[in-house]
Amino acid sequence: MSVAMRYSTPAIVLHWLVALLIFVGFPLGVYMVDLPLSPDKLKLYSYHKWIGITVFLLVAVRVSWRLMHTPPSLPAGIAVWQRRASQIVHGLLYALILAIPLSGWLMSSAKGFQTVWFGVLPLPDLLEKNRELGDLLASVHKVLNFTLLGLVILHVGAALKHHFIERQPFLQRMGWGRKERT
Amino acid sequence: MKITQLVLLAALAAPAAHAVEYRTVLPKQSTIHFEFRQMGVPVKGGFKRFTTEMAFDPAKPEAARAQIEIDLASIDAGSPEADDESAGKLWFNRSAYPKATFVSSQVRALGNNRYEMRGTLTLKGKSREMTVSVTYVPGKNASIFDGSFVLKRLDFGIGEGMWADVSTVADEVQVRFRIAATGTY
Repeated sequence: MSVAMRYSTPAIVLHWLVALLIFVGFPLGVYMVDLPLSPDKLKLYSYHKWIGITVFLLVAVRVSWRLMHTPPSLPAGIAVWQRRASQIVHGLLYALILAIPLSGWLMSSAKGFQTVWFGVLPLPDLLEKNRELGDLLASVHKVLNFTLLGLVILHVGAALKHHFIERQPFLQRMGWGRKERT
Repeated sequence: MKITQLVLLAALAAPAAHAVEYRTVLPKQSTIHFEFRQMGVPVKGGFKRFTTEMAFDPAKPEAARAQIEIDLASIDAGSPEADDESAGKLWFNRSAYPKATFVSSQVRALGNNRYEMRGTLTLKGKSREMTVSVTYVPGKNASIFDGSFVLKRLDFGIGEGMWADVSTVADEVQVRFRIAATGTY
């Protein structure tokens, strides 16, 4: 596997860091919403928001990095429609991972709760408190998240299929396994 | 003769004009708000229904008095979920203590239309002495009395049990009120 088959190390680190945060933040969000009000619920909401803002910032860095660095090209045997599908899904993943924290931040403002990153850094409220808008944004946040879930399943499924069934070194692209240089 | 009469009238009227006493509160222009921190996030709330009785003569501030009674059911605690929660036994225990009252005991002029009002705040069956700073803003139609003080919710048992943890919901609650009143001469 040539070096060019692998994403750059910062891209790989950011990919897995963001993946990890989403794998924590998503179930946390699903779990916390139906809890009865308690100090633990308030804590979990804050942690969820802190994770979301962190994801947003990391993805902003990731997108900037991506714009400055060409990703490794796909193996030769990949069908044209799959290349196109891969581009679309990756584009949507980036868009959703940026849009989801944003929708959460706006929802929080509309519900009258400022987002304060790690309880220290206050983010400006871009919206006035407005209950209807808050409920609408909550629905938007939810729909975007479950769309993301669908796309992540597709993304992971495709990577695993190419790696294990078609025996293409896909997971190595994201740093999985030994860094082979031939 | 006419001018003398006018001067005489003016001389008589002048002291009377100063002897205004504010007694009639305008509820629609009066507000009570509060703010507290929850996980480091400022949360605003307030009470929509309250009655105020007051008497204030700028010439005799030490004789001023105020009494405020708040209907705790009119709370806006920041969210519908918090409004419901605040009624419970751990918070206001509203079925047993539906009202909060403040009764002034002493008013001291600090100069520049600023006053210090002492009084007793009763919440959830507990009474505590509070010191409230009040600014008087004379107006043409109505005058404004802006007051603020910080109360510690745990002094009144507001938020017991699991809610006594002040790292989640802070102990200090900043209270701000605005009373608009008209005077009689």
